[in-house]
Amino acid sequence: MEFNANLLLPEIFQFTIVLALFLYSVTKSPASGRNFSPLLPLAACAGLVAAGFSLGAGGLMFWGSYKVDGLSQFFKFAVALGFAIAVLNAASQPTLEPEKRADYFLLLSLSALGLMCLASAVELITIYLALELSSYSLYALIPLRGREPRAAEAGIKYILFGAAATALSLFGLAYILAGQHSSYLTALTARPWTWAEAPVGIIGLTLFMAGFFYKLALFPFHFWAPDVYDGASNETAAYAATLPKLGAVVILIRLAAMLKPGLQLTTVLAVLGAASMTFGNLAALTQQDIKRMLGYSSVAHAGYVMVGLVAASAGGLAAAGFYSLVYVLMNLTCFWVICRLSGDGRNLQLNDLNGLYRRAPFLAFVLAVAALALVGLPPTAGFMGKLFLLSAAWNRGYNWLVVVAALNTAISIYYYLNLIRHAYTVDADGDAAAPPPGGVLWGGVLAGLLLLLGALPAPVFRWAEAAGRQLMP
Amino acid sequence: MSEWPVLTVLIFFPVAACLVLPFIRGDRAVRVFSLGVGLLELLLALPLLRFDLSVSGYQFQEKAAWVPQWGLHYHLGMDGISLLMVLLTVLLLPLCVLCSWTYISRRVKEFHFSLMLMTSACVGVFLALDFVLFYIFWEAMLVPMFLLIAVWGGPERRYASLKFFLYTLAGSTLLLVAMVAFYLAGGTFSIPELSAASYPFGFQCWTFLAMAFAFAIKVPMFPFHTWLPAAHVEAPTAGSVLLASVLLKMGAYGFMRFCLPMTPAASVYFAPLMIAVSIASILYGGFVALGQRDMKKLIAYSSVAHMGFVTLGIFLFTLRGLEGALMVMLNHGITTGALFMLVGCIYERSHSREIGDNLGLGKYLPAYMGFFGLFALSSLGFPGTNSFVGEALVLIGAFAQNPWVGGAAVPGVMLGAAYMLRLGQKLAWGEPTQAKAWKDLNVREWVYFAPLAALVIYIGLAPGLTLRAMDPTLTRVLDEFRKRSAVAAVSPDATPPSTVQLATADMAPAPAGPTPNQPR
Repeated sequence: MEFNANLLLPEIFQFTIVLALFLYSVTKSPASGRNFSPLLPLAACAGLVAAGFSLGAGGLMFWGSYKVDGLSQFFKFAVALGFAIAVLNAASQPTLEPEKRADYFLLLSLSALGLMCLASAVELITIYLALELSSYSLYALIPLRGREPRAAEAGIKYILFGAAATALSLFGLAYILAGQHSSYLTALTARPWTWAEAPVGIIGLTLFMAGFFYKLALFPFHFWAPDVYDGASNETAAYAATLPKLGAVVILIRLAAMLKPGLQLTTVLAVLGAASMTFGNLAALTQQDIKRMLGYSSVAHAGYVMVGLVAASAGGLAAAGFYSLVYVLMNLTCFWVICRLSGDGRNLQLNDLNGLYRRAPFLAFVLAVAALALVGLPPTAGFMGKLFLLSAAWNRGYNWLVVVAALNTAISIYYYLNLIRHAYTVDADGDAAAPPPGGVLWGGVLAGLLLLLGALPAPVFRWAEAAGRQLMP
Repeated sequence: MSEWPVLTVLIFFPVAACLVLPFIRGDRAVRVFSLGVGLLELLLALPLLRFDLSVSGYQFQEKAAWVPQWGLHYHLGMDGISLLMVLLTVLLLPLCVLCSWTYISRRVKEFHFSLMLMTSACVGVFLALDFVLFYIFWEAMLVPMFLLIAVWGGPERRYASLKFFLYTLAGSTLLLVAMVAFYLAGGTFSIPELSAASYPFGFQCWTFLAMAFAFAIKVPMFPFHTWLPAAHVEAPTAGSVLLASVLLKMGAYGFMRFCLPMTPAASVYFAPLMIAVSIASILYGGFVALGQRDMKKLIAYSSVAHMGFVTLGIFLFTLRGLEGALMVMLNHGITTGALFMLVGCIYERSHSREIGDNLGLGKYLPAYMGFFGLFALSSLGFPGTNSFVGEALVLIGAFAQNPWVGGAAVPGVMLGAAYMLRLGQKLAWGEPTQAKAWKDLNVREWVYFAPLAALVIYIGLAPGLTLRAMDPTLTRVLDEFRKRSAVAAVSPDATPPSTVQLATADMAPAPAGPTPNQPR
């Protein structure tokens, strides 16, 4: 067995965090003992550095089932970045009992570890195990919101939907094994993937992908998203809305690398993408609860990522990777503002944003940048991501999909603009309390990153492109 | 740095000033600072005096790699068309600050923040030579304009601002699609390179339609104009001025910069439609303006009519037409901007924009009425004022091309005289209701009307310099257009669009086999 610990630096680091939290939670009683909260964000940031260092690593291990390449390292970096932000964001959670804090962060880090493993998994059963590692931790996280009955409901919904999607996935896995006689992606790539030649394989792959569509909240596997965001605490929703999508995208990128434009399955992906963005945007138009709105917006964004996947060229896969990184950033920025504003951990309505420019001018600006990035307006990173996606899809002849995506941008502007409108143009009715000044700095950093990636996307895109080229030489 | 990057500085100086703005305390200090920024920006435009009037290509070019993987460049350049538009934009910033001095009393800092961002984005639109860069500036301008209307606007500001944003964004998404299509057809985002390439007729047709949709909304042309009166009426004075003087020009600029050079054959193909819509805009805008009681609405509809002359001039494809179009663009910016400032001025006194509430100013506000008379005459295209030059050129071009087209546009000019004189007459000689107590123009107001009035008369009497600045560029645009549209005009016959091909293919076996319709 070829084992090289250097290649696994981000995973090992993440595992150390998990281990430390586990030891802490079993040994210390929460009433006594030192607080770990200042240490954890530091450790998460160190994890980001570790992931940054291993960006160039490459190798194959564990009998060819675990591949460290440009794509996996890019996504591990994205997961580490998202994890660091999510930990910072959740550092002082109002709806979390103190005695559950250690367990909460233990599950959070475990889920991120699962996502990191997912980024490198190139064998179907390994993929399945990594997916479950990240999912099961998340199932337990969702209901952790004080004594909120909605959170329990959201937890049940998430686990039931998740279990059904996983079952579909396993069923598909069995079909692929039966039809294509291998569970290694490298072997599967060499097989034909047309209906005429491999009907069983096509059915299996479609079902297998369904599990990831569920993670990605792609139409028609999206039903959980608004309810779970709504029920889970703001901080948990911030995590659940962003990082698991990265895991889903990386696997879908690996699977999409097997497909060619014009295949039936590619067409199915394109149609699902178009339906997803249209449905998500239309449903988001009428939402008053910001988290529900973001839930539907994530359904729409899952559709945009599909645009890059169906292109299935080096540029398209790179664009999908870049866009999902940007998506994580802009969504976390949005959630960052929401978590700061909701001092007592309740769900925010649009009207709660009224007069934000006066109470917290800086947070209002950060929110505006995040909203514009989610629309895909220049000069934010969201625009660059979308431009790359559309160019790649056009290149492969998916003109209709590009037009649908562009029109969807026009639909989506309305509800994102609502955020800005309430924050900037409507005055508060009563005397809404100013949010505590903490966290403004990090919000500024996030908004700055979004603007910077919009102005100078080239350095980050280069990594994504290198990753895409390795997959599609 | 061997050379001073004039264009970059012009674009980013206001943005840099925005970064300083949050640290300035006190409304008055903010206003003085913004005025200083505006004047400095004007000074920074001085190196443009080195603009060589005899060169037809792009000058002051700046180019740097930006995203090499996708062939994006940070590429700026200026030709005769952009020179005039940039000068107009830069001139308006200090005037907008001055005309909002007392008009805007709350959230002063944010207001000037938006004004400066607007200026940056607008200058950027006119200077970008990379399609993506152009698109970025084009969209970047939406948000500050939205805020100008939505925060400092009138009672219906929510409706007006959303309508403005949705309309414009809907148009620009199609522009985005066209941009992506051009990238894959031409292999680059560079505007000069894309303009030099030729594309198949079918491709030109639908990219033309996509771009024309975006630009027609911005101009706005007749059926897409409904956002304009709403936005104008609700926007604060400075917002209306920027909207009328700069934003509307971007649509026309887009037609000149993108549609004509990149899709020449499709432009010719769709020219009758565009001319018809232009004439509809001229007549419709004029008639509706005739019936308005709100001064701002009247001027807004007159803008629709004037912009109709611009698009009419562009789609005549003659030098006179293009010259006229660009002249009208410039002059409409000067005159209509001034008219909106005049409305803002009187609104501060009467708190009403109804014509009926502002009667009989002639006796009590002679200086105000003097300026109003001058700008109203200019707006209706009175000989000796600036607008006459542009409209006359467009009409000459139209008559030279087709007397019917010219004849159809003439009533528009007469309508202009009708609605403007009606407005001027009522304001000057109506029965005064409350004008007696009002003060005439103060020094600050004199200061911002005087330069515009001087320009009205200068361009009206001596348009030579302006024409010399635009002629080489327009001649080049037109020459290339003629060359390539001539080639392309033949090609649709040589290789007909696929539908025609299909039809002929279906008919091909017809002579061989007997068919019921065939005469035997």
